[in-house]
Formats: sequence, structure tokens, C-alpha cells
Amino acid sequence: MSVAGINVLVDETRARMAEADKPLLSVRGVSAYYGSIRALKAVDIDVNEGEIVALIGANGAGKSTLMMTIFGQPQAREGTITFAGQDITRLPTHEIARLNLAQSPEGRRIFSRMTVRENLQMGAAVNGGKHFAEDLERMCVLFPRLKERIDQRGGTMSGGEQQMLAIARALMSRPRLLMLDEPSLGLAPLVVKQIFSTVRELNRTEGLTVFIVEQNAYHALKLAHRGYVMVTGAVTMSGTGQALLDDPQVKAAYLEGGQH
Amino acid sequence: MAQGSTIGRVAPTVAARRTSALPEMVKDAALFALVTLGLAIPVVAYRTDLGQGTGLELTGRWGLVAGLCAAVFVLRLAQRLVLGEVSRRRDIRTLAEADSKAPARLARPGRIIGPLTLGIALTLPLLAAFGSGSLSEGRYWIDLGILILTYVMLGWGLNIVVGLAGLLDLGYVAFYAVGAYSYALLSTVFGLSFWICLPLAGLFAAAFGVLLGFPVLRLRGDYLAIVTLAFGEIIRLVLINWVDFSGGSAGLSSIPRASFFGIPFTAGEGGFASTFGLTFNPMHRVVFLYYLILVLALITNLVTLRMRRLPLGRAWEALREDEIACRSLGIDTTMTKLTAFALGAMFAGFAGSFFAVRQGFVSPESFNFLESAIILAIVVLGGMGSQLGVAVAAIAMVGAPELLRNLGFLKAVFGEGFDPNEYRLLLFGLAMVAMMVWRPRGLISERTPSVRLGARAR
Ligand SMILES: Nc1ncnc2c1ncn2[C@@H]1O[C@H](COP(=O)(O)OP(=O)(O)OP(=O)(O)O)[C@@H](O)[C@H]1O
Ligand SMILES: [Mg+2]
Repeated sequence: MSVAGINVLVDETRARMAEADKPLLSVRGVSAYYGSIRALKAVDIDVNEGEIVALIGANGAGKSTLMMTIFGQPQAREGTITFAGQDITRLPTHEIARLNLAQSPEGRRIFSRMTVRENLQMGAAVNGGKHFAEDLERMCVLFPRLKERIDQRGGTMSGGEQQMLAIARALMSRPRLLMLDEPSLGLAPLVVKQIFSTVRELNRTEGLTVFIVEQNAYHALKLAHRGYVMVTGAVTMSGTGQALLDDPQVKAAYLEGGQH
Repeated sequence: MAQGSTIGRVAPTVAARRTSALPEMVKDAALFALVTLGLAIPVVAYRTDLGQGTGLELTGRWGLVAGLCAAVFVLRLAQRLVLGEVSRRRDIRTLAEADSKAPARLARPGRIIGPLTLGIALTLPLLAAFGSGSLSEGRYWIDLGILILTYVMLGWGLNIVVGLAGLLDLGYVAFYAVGAYSYALLSTVFGLSFWICLPLAGLFAAAFGVLLGFPVLRLRGDYLAIVTLAFGEIIRLVLINWVDFSGGSAGLSSIPRASFFGIPFTAGEGGFASTFGLTFNPMHRVVFLYYLILVLALITNLVTLRMRRLPLGRAWEALREDEIACRSLGIDTTMTKLTAFALGAMFAGFAGSFFAVRQGFVSPESFNFLESAIILAIVVLGGMGSQLGVAVAAIAMVGAPELLRNLGFLKAVFGEGFDPNEYRLLLFGLAMVAMMVWRPRGLISERTPSVRLGARAR
């Protein structure tokens, strides 16, 4: 991790941390609807600068919906979402993305006809590709697999490689907050470990703030500083990662079958 | 992607195909013949003639039916024998490549065909003149070149909308019409010269592109196709019915002809020939028009190639793949779509004003749905996004029927009145079926990455 850009990043991050004690991302009383179905019920969530926050919950709990609502699609019908002190509740998605908020969406959604390099370029488009060469270098260090396959078409890569690409693409915009939706989906345990340790590393060395949605509750809570539990559209529990891991209810509902 | 799927095939398939036995092929061919028989009985077997009396007489044509069935049988058998061998070889080759773990190598047919086509295009008037003895006798070829290049340009323009941005537009000819009528009206009513009208026509067409773009922003696929189809028809119907404005179905005539940057192609004093000390030849104008459309087409191509490397062009391609991902990467999908529509329409507008200046006459009949379909077919056959593929497809789709007309033996076979142009749609159909069988993703399906290691510009 001895790339020149990182020091700069760390400095920038420190400067921002001094900027305010307020959380970087704050979701307050947010409800979202699909037609008349209320998919989010007055959700409150905070993500502080420099933190890793995990959101766990069963299938259909509304985790992905929350991530998409933060990104403005569907828009929250009630409540407010603020990012870095700015109200983003009513902003269109592409403008939110330009505020240094990056997302690796559920199902990866990489551009399959484009090469790895072009995918990364799309990720850098937000800031006009200013630091493209430098950041490309960085991604190649973080994910050596991508370096090997830099001119391969995205769609022909394995699931794990595609997930790495999705994360790398999100990182190319130099986000203040990285949101990951189920990065472990369909991946071998070893690859999941790799990806999670990369995220941890980014958080430690660069102070990257991460909001991660996961089915894989054990790994996610191990990784996270704090966690939230969502049940049918409402947040029912929150606490430090370790506290949630030790909680008997969480254990029963999400950690059955032991530690993966 | 095509590579991914072929690599996936495993060795047993190859072995199995090799042993695919002759009796099985014969059975298969017999089945084809049987189906042909079933189709032929109601369609071919009896001809109805007016009889002596009032009724119709049936004339049996069983010999013809038998001939058809036999032909299908033989052709199918030959197809199985030849294609079986070809695809077996291809499989072996693909496997060898997969084994060697070579990084996905890109087929680049453009390396030879591209420059070759360009070379021929640049020298066509010369080739035609030498080939047929004199410039005037080569006129047929130059005219054909102009026709093909017009479609190449339209294909490249539509390629921006359909091939790159993935917005299925069935009404593209509307913008061609806007360009043609822009020039026709501006030059006849206001007396503006072609070189002023050309950019204006492009602007008008682009404005219409945005006009169409707005209502269809939320539509994709089938719905978009239907609305654009309707848009094309609306423009045509307006041109037919707004007689005061557009001359109705009679069209507009006596549109000023092309001049050499203000110098007319006339015989007398001050004409092109006398200004440049040449002997007057009406072919000068034709050759000028040829190079005009060639330059316009090449500009279309260069702009597209350049756009593909710019953020906007890459956003088009990303949009085609995943709109949601685009938005979450900060791409304004509204602007992206509108610019694709506008730019595609602009090139159609240029082509349209070229059409008007060449013909000296425009009427709504030149802009019917069939034209849109032909242009779309060119883009699809070309491989949706491949510049070279579009050019090759345009040559095949527009040039082939013309060339067939010249083949004397066809007349000998099909009778004196045979006009291949009447079979154009049949040719389209055949070409489409052939494509579906052999190249389901278009002539050149491999997308060329816009950035590659080492060589940046390409
Ligand atoms: N576009 C949509 N239209 C209607 N209902 C939707 C839509 N998207 C999601 N839902 C519904 O909203 C609820 C929450 O879905 P969501 O995708 O947020 O769940 P999730 O917690 O991410 O689940 P998973 O872990 O399976 O990804 C589900 O009941 C789902 O059926
Ligand atoms: Mg989900």
C-alpha cells in the first residue's frame, strides 16, 4: 500500500473528520414505498466518518431498498437523508453519485461488454477521470486479479472477479462513503474473506467509510464497527458488531448453522 | 461474449459431431423435403387459369413440386455435410485456443477489410473510369457508389442511436426527411446555398431528435420501437397533408443543384469546367457529389469513433448495458439519451440534405417505413455497433440488388422481365435468415474496446 495517492487521501480524510461531529450519512425516519407497499418503515441509520457499518436482515427485509433509497430510487416519501451535511432526499440518483457517494449495487451490475479497464473508467467518470491512471494503479494493487484481466470483457469474468470489479469501479470515484450490497453473494468462502479483508484494509489505511449490506451476518458483523438489524422494513436492533454477534436473538435468527 | 460461449463447449461434443452419421443426415434431409412438400401442395401444386367458360381451371404442376422437394433435400444434405465439417474444425480450434490459455484475443477483421474498403471508396471514380473506358461510361458505378455511401452514412448515424446507445429507433427516416425538406425549402424559398443549408439541416434534424427524445425517455425496447415508428409515420403524413408547406405528395421540385463551393457545374463561362480550364463534362458534378457524400460519411465515422473514446460516448455504451448502474455512477441518463438521439438525427439531416441536392426533387414517398427498415437492417446485420460491419452490410444490402440486375444469366434463367430490385425484400429475408444461422450477433459482433493497453488511439 505504498502508493503515493494514499497519503493524500488520508490527509483529506483527516481534514474532513475535523469538519463536523455530525454523522457522514444520516437517515432519519425514512419510509419508502413500492406502489402502496411500504418497504421501509421510518428507518433511522447513522454512518460516521471512518466507520464500517453493517446492515443485516433476512431476504426481503428491505436492505437493498434502503440502499437504493439513499441513492434516490425509489425516493423516500417520508423522512430525510443527509450526506456530508447536505440534504439529498430529493436529489436525482446521478447527482447523489456526484457527491462522493459510491455504490456497488446488488447483483454487481458491471458492464459486461466492456473491458475491465473501461468499467473502471466508467467509475472514474464522476470526477472527469482526473486521477484515472493513478487510481487504476491503486486498484491493480488492491485487486491483483483485475490487473491480470485488465483487457478482458467484464461479462466473461468469474463471479468473484466481477464482484472485485464492481467494488473497484465504485472506488474509482474516490468516494467518501462506499456502499456495498451483498458483496459475498455467490462467492467461495476464501474469496469472501479476501474481499472483506480488502475492505478492512481500505478502512484502516485510508479511513474509508463503508456501509455494507449483507446476508452473511457473521462475516459482516465481524468486519463492522457497528451494525443494524432490519426486519420487514424496520430497524429492530443496533449496536457494535461484537454486541450484535453475542446477542442471543441475532444468534438464533442470523447465525444458525454456526460460524462460516 | 461469443468467445465465452464457444470456449464453454467441451471435447465430447466435438467427438459426437464427427460421428454424426450419414443415415441420420439423410433422415434429416428427408424431413426437410417432406415439409417442403407440405408447403408446396397448397402454394405451388396447382395453377389457376381462366378457363374457356366462366370458371377457373386448375393446372397440376407436380413436376415442379417434385423438383422443389428434391432441391431442398440435396441442399439440406450438402449443408449438413459442409457445415458439420466447418463447425467441427472451429470447435477444435477454439478448444486449442482455450487450452493455450491465451488471453481472449480479439478478432480484428478491420485490419485488412477496413483500409481496403476505404481505398476502393477513395479511388472509385478513377476505378470506374478506367474500368469502363471513360468517365461517362463509369457513371453507373459512381451513382451506385453514391447510393451505397448514403446508406453507409445513414447506417453509421443510426448506429449511434441503436448500436451504441441501445435505443431501438424505427423512425429514423423521419430525420432524413427533415434534412431533405430543410434543404429543399431553405434553398427554394430563401435562396440559401447548400453550404449554409447543410449545417442548418443538421441542426433542424437534431432538434427533431430531441423532440422525439423527450417523450420516449422512459421507454425502452418494444415500446420505444413502437413510438419511434409512429413518429416516422407522423412526419411522413404531415409532409403529405400539409400541402402549402411541403407541396403534399407531389413533393418539391426544381431544388437548386449542387455547385462547387459557389461555382456551378454548367457548360458556359463561369462554370466549373471553364474556371478550372477543363473541357465541360456533366460527370464533374457526379464525381463532386460522390466525394461530397464520401466526406460526409467519413465525418460521421470519425465523429463516432472519437465519441466512443469520450466520456459521453462511453456513457452511451454503458447506457445500452445497464441504465441503473449508469445512474449510480453519476451519469445523467436523460442527457445521455437526448444527445444520442440528437447526434444520430443530425447525421440523418446531413444525409437528407445531400439527398435533396443530388435528386433536385423530394417527395414523401422517399421517406417511408421501408427506408427505416433498410437502415435498421444495415445496422443489425452489421453487428450493432461495429462501424466496419455497418459499411459492409450497407454494401451488401444496397449494392447486391443493383449488381444482380446486371447479371445477364439471371434473365436467362428467370425470363426477360426479371428485375432483381423487386426481390429486394426477399433478399433481405434471406440475408436475415442466413445471418441468424451463421452470425446471430451480426457480421462483426465483437465490440472493439475503446481503450487498450499500449496503443491508446485507434
Ligand atoms: N421494484 C420493486 N417493486 C415492488 N416491490 C419490490 C421492488 N423491489 C423490492 N420489492 C419488495 O420490497 C421488499 C424488500 O426488498 P429488498 O430487495 O430491499 O430486500 P433485501 O433485504 O435486499 O433482500 P435480499 O437479502 O433478498 O436481497 C421485498 O418484499 C420485495 O419484494
Ligand atoms: Mg438485497
